[in-house]
Amino acid sequence: MQFASKLIEEAVTEISRLPGIGKKTALRLVLFLLKEEKAITQALSHALQNMRENIRYCDVCHNISDTPICTICTGHRRDQSIICVVEDIPDILAIENTAQYNGLYHVLGGIISPMEGMGPGELNIESLVNRIATANPAVQEIIFALSPTMEGDTTAFYLTKKLKAFALKTSTIARGIPIGGELEYTDEITLGRSILSRIAYDGK
Amino acid sequence: MYLENISLINFKNYDELNLKFSSQVNCFVGENGSGKTNLLDAIHYLSMTKSAFHAVEQQTIRHEAPFFMVQGQFIKEKKHHIFCSFQSGQKKVFKHNKKPYEKISEHIGDYPLVLIAPDDTDVIREGSELRRRFFDSILSQIDKDYLHTLMRYNHILKQRNSLMKQFSMQNYFDKDLLEPYNIQLLEHARAIFNKRKSFIFRFSPLVKKHYANISDGKEAVELLYQSELDMERYEAFFIQNIKKDLMMQRTTSGVHKDDFEFMIDNYSLKKTGSQGQQKSFLIALKLAHFDVMKDDKGFKPLLLLDDIFDKLDDKRIGKLLDMIANNVFGQLFVTDARPERTSRIFEHLPAEVKVFNF
Repeated sequence: MQFASKLIEEAVTEISRLPGIGKKTALRLVLFLLKEEKAITQALSHALQNMRENIRYCDVCHNISDTPICTICTGHRRDQSIICVVEDIPDILAIENTAQYNGLYHVLGGIISPMEGMGPGELNIESLVNRIATANPAVQEIIFALSPTMEGDTTAFYLTKKLKAFALKTSTIARGIPIGGELEYTDEITLGRSILSRIAYDGK
Repeated sequence: MYLENISLINFKNYDELNLKFSSQVNCFVGENGSGKTNLLDAIHYLSMTKSAFHAVEQQTIRHEAPFFMVQGQFIKEKKHHIFCSFQSGQKKVFKHNKKPYEKISEHIGDYPLVLIAPDDTDVIREGSELRRRFFDSILSQIDKDYLHTLMRYNHILKQRNSLMKQFSMQNYFDKDLLEPYNIQLLEHARAIFNKRKSFIFRFSPLVKKHYANISDGKEAVELLYQSELDMERYEAFFIQNIKKDLMMQRTTSGVHKDDFEFMIDNYSLKKTGSQGQQKSFLIALKLAHFDVMKDDKGFKPLLLLDDIFDKLDDKRIGKLLDMIANNVFGQLFVTDARPERTSRIFEHLPAEVKVFNF
């Protein structure tokens, strides 16, 4: 793409670095900002800079936070005895949106995959172990909410080994047919597994 | 099931071609290099989603053309229109009745075929990888669960090998980290082993039967499945091998090392078999493949015979023709360089024979 202005080209290049944004969309955004009042661009760049400078991660669970310890970890109504282990920050948002969970979280920041150079050392595993060792009141239960892949299983298995010393109840989220899904369109592996790990029906 | 028609654009030496087939016997006759085998390969594409001869899609495109396209209509109770196209630098597109597949691998096994190219005895003469691929391909077509298990096994294997490399390069070892890979690898290896073993148990008598028929029962053949998992305490063996794995930076034992040995009168067919014996054995393997597909699918797969009249002696050709006359096969595609020979051979056959000249 040829631009009449070096300044526009620079802005387009920077914006098109963002995921899901190509050169054309970037140009559209730039031209939009150019057409609007200066204040809009200033507010945007200020918000972005402020976000980048001042955001931090919770010292306890590694979630995004404005304060040293995040609002979930300090929440009075939160059940402190249960920790849900997730791969990354968006997973917390997804689980929070279900409104079915009232415990704490722990963000690993990835998943074990030697092919991609992700080992346990790269993940927030040590802080999880320390956290459980020093927690008051004591942690009773750990839930692994990891992707149902070979890498997810490996990570859960490894963590279980590392947490063996503590008397914890551990569980992993269930895998199966999506609610409201059609049986005949479910993939064979999921369906096969759902049959194997079927749930007793009590007629309720 | 049969293939009713095919249409090609920019496929190998064809710029454009449209053919309607007989549901019984189809002969492609013409000089060498006229494109008979390429047409068989196009049919192979519609069935197996890939070439029988080239690993690289690019080689299937006609010289200097930007893309190729193969379309065909199978009749299997209903009409099934299959569309396949590939443009260099892009992903291959595969559609069933105009609907793209989510995963192209879903297509494999639905419109099966068996290709016999008698000169292609690589599966007998070359390394174990080709034999594993031969049997994996058949098993994947009759058992989708096998294909998934195999893909998962290969994935776990890759991760484990990467881990071994890291351990040895960074000079440390974490038993707890290796363990989940061991457990998952062993679990999948056991499943693959059981399926391969029971498949060979079923497949071997079919090969023997066909070999005896083709060669008039002169030699005794045997098909043996060789796997380390056959040993009594394989799991312990696998664990013992970890030291070796660390040194070699890869997984040195498992079903990825399996082999299938072909024996003739108790000797290795690979080492001592004559060319004729190897060809007969190859045909027996392929006919057994045909039988298995037919039994499992409940209908006859297509049979493609590439250049058999040139490459086989009259006795073996006679045996195959007997089978054709006895209606053993379904739709048949045959290539031959000599038109007069083809018409002589098929003259007295009680079947609808359609000859295509190239």
